[in-house]
Amino acid sequence: MKLALLSDIHANVQAFDACIADARARGATQFALLGDLVGYGGDPCAVMDRVMALAADGAWLLKGNHDALACVPPAAPSNVLGEMTAAWTHAQLSAAQRQFLDALPLVRHDGDVVLVHASVDAPERWHYVRDERTAGDSLRAAEALGGHVRYVFGGHVHRQTLYYYGRGRGLMPFMPTPGAAIPVPPHRTWIATIGSVGQPRDGRPEAMYALFDRSAARLTFVRVDYDHIAAARAIRDAGLPEFFAERLSRGL
Amino acid sequence: MKLLEPGETLDGFRVEANVHSGGMAHIYRVHYANGAPDPGFAMAMKVPRMATGDGAENIVGFEVETQIMASLSGPHVPRFVAAGDLTRVPHLVMEYINGKPLQHWLDQARETRTPIAPATVARLGEALAKGVHSLHRQNVVHQDLKPANVVIRPGKDDIGGAVLLDFGLSYHGHYPDLLAEELRKAIGTAIWMAPEQVVGVRGDPRSDIFAIGVILYELATGELPFGDPQTAGGLRQRLWMQPKPPRAWRSDVPPWLQEIILRCLEPEAARRYPSAAHLALELGQPEQVKLTERSHMMEGASFMTHLRRWFRAAGMEYKPSPLPTEQIDQSPIVMVALPYKDVTDATLYSLRQAAGRALGSRPDARLSCVTVISPSETSSTDAERSESKVHSHHLERQRQWLRGLELGDRTVSHHVIEDGDPASAIIEYARGNNVTVIVMGAATHGLKLQAFKPTIPIKVAMEAPCTVILVKQSLPFEQLASIDD
Repeated sequence: MKLALLSDIHANVQAFDACIADARARGATQFALLGDLVGYGGDPCAVMDRVMALAADGAWLLKGNHDALACVPPAAPSNVLGEMTAAWTHAQLSAAQRQFLDALPLVRHDGDVVLVHASVDAPERWHYVRDERTAGDSLRAAEALGGHVRYVFGGHVHRQTLYYYGRGRGLMPFMPTPGAAIPVPPHRTWIATIGSVGQPRDGRPEAMYALFDRSAARLTFVRVDYDHIAAARAIRDAGLPEFFAERLSRGL
Repeated sequence: MKLLEPGETLDGFRVEANVHSGGMAHIYRVHYANGAPDPGFAMAMKVPRMATGDGAENIVGFEVETQIMASLSGPHVPRFVAAGDLTRVPHLVMEYINGKPLQHWLDQARETRTPIAPATVARLGEALAKGVHSLHRQNVVHQDLKPANVVIRPGKDDIGGAVLLDFGLSYHGHYPDLLAEELRKAIGTAIWMAPEQVVGVRGDPRSDIFAIGVILYELATGELPFGDPQTAGGLRQRLWMQPKPPRAWRSDVPPWLQEIILRCLEPEAARRYPSAAHLALELGQPEQVKLTERSHMMEGASFMTHLRRWFRAAGMEYKPSPLPTEQIDQSPIVMVALPYKDVTDATLYSLRQAAGRALGSRPDARLSCVTVISPSETSSTDAERSESKVHSHHLERQRQWLRGLELGDRTVSHHVIEDGDPASAIIEYARGNNVTVIVMGAATHGLKLQAFKPTIPIKVAMEAPCTVILVKQSLPFEQLASIDD
């Protein structure tokens, strides 16, 4: 089984379409969307239409902090970056779409795989998995769920990093080369942040996702070229802050 | 795991003879148990020793080796066949390589008390360096090169291509390094370990070049440059210490060989050859090695030099390496194919400009000038057209062409090849020497045959293993040239 892992789509329909098509071309048999489907981007409704169709086809879905925010936007206008687009997104979405988002779970446990938007350690607190320590927190919480957890996949940090055990006692970070199929045998434990489809933040504009070949035990971090100019235009046309449009071309 | 008996089967393979039992593993010749024919080559199975008390270290090394073997291809590694489930039946089935380990030449020299001829050392070293470069091109650094891990296939005078074995300590730039730990420790074998490996750096291709230097040193002198240190302090010595020059052991070691060996053994990686392909080129043409003060030293560096280096080494610490391919691609080998006749000054000028651009700003880029001449150019009866005379004529033309090219300290080598098929000769040279980019005239090399067969530049562009720059002569010079006429 080839599991396509997509996170932090952020209402970027161009990036989302490109990643889904790329994953299908690589033989993905199961899709998992790890939250932050909306927020920041200019096409929340188009993204939600596709998301709900994928869900009807059996895709696994999780809730992210921006999805929660779009369901219940802050009452007063806020200067916090992440909250600035929430009210607008809320207004765009249909009642059915909001209801769908609101009902999404925070964690999914499937055999030796645990999926989460941010960290399995208090998932509703949206902790960032940004280093060995926070990755360890998330991994331990996942292991406490029971079963033989070997793989924890999350998004939220908009970067692609694989944490693993070397010969030492603690986790070590590994920066993957896009496209390389990394052996991740199940006698070891792995925790990865799979990056962001709709708003990469590592200095490159290409959309990110990951493909986990469960039978071959290989994990590929993928970068996909997409029409980021059109995605930025949608943000400007919606009247959202220029910063959210501009950052897409620079991967900031 | 206990020794397997002939006739036993394991995971679909029938065991024949036990061919080697090392400290870490047993090696058996195997066939498919279902009677299927071998896959076009003989097969060997490696089974790790895992007696009680064996550390996880052994099995992690085996895991690393399995992952890396499965990723590698080409003639310089055994072909991968299958691997057993590591938690159930750990084993690795691969091509059985027919050849002699490098250790054979050392043993023979010791037994017969005859030193190995410098030309043989160079040929063994060239084969080894080419094998190692093929590994680096695949983003793998061996990290544990030693005479027992290198097999030389049969070939001319007993020396064919090199095959590298034992990837248990190796590094793959695309995979998490399972051997690493937070407190970076030295990983490798003390005798051959590069200084940066001593401080925990993994993944620098120039570490393998250092190990080749140690191997060449022993082949040339029968001695080990840094001995076999047993302590961390002893190991750190090589961070600053320059070994006794090979010529101090054996005065008949030629200066070019000492130059090459000592450059491989520079404590600072940046002062070694930038890639194994550069090293292979030097070993392949000893007469063109540029000699520096390294070549004629008869004693190690002075106390003051060592002291200075010691202070620098004291600050040497772990830092992560870029991908091996990124590192070796920074130092291109540029090949210029110079036409041997019917060539205008404008073409030569444009070729010079293009070669300069291809060399770029890297001080360690190197240039190979190649002229392919027709065998009919030389004659064994006509003294005026004797091979040596014709060759030196073309070499002189190459040197003239070079004037006006800003080269700095870059290495340049010159070659005249006789071949009736210039395109194949150019491609073969590029492939054999791991050339990064070929620069040649777009309309030279047999232009007159254009009408009835594909032109040489087109053939080269289609079949070359690297980038090809086809240079058009720049217009103003074409006009100038025609005025001259």
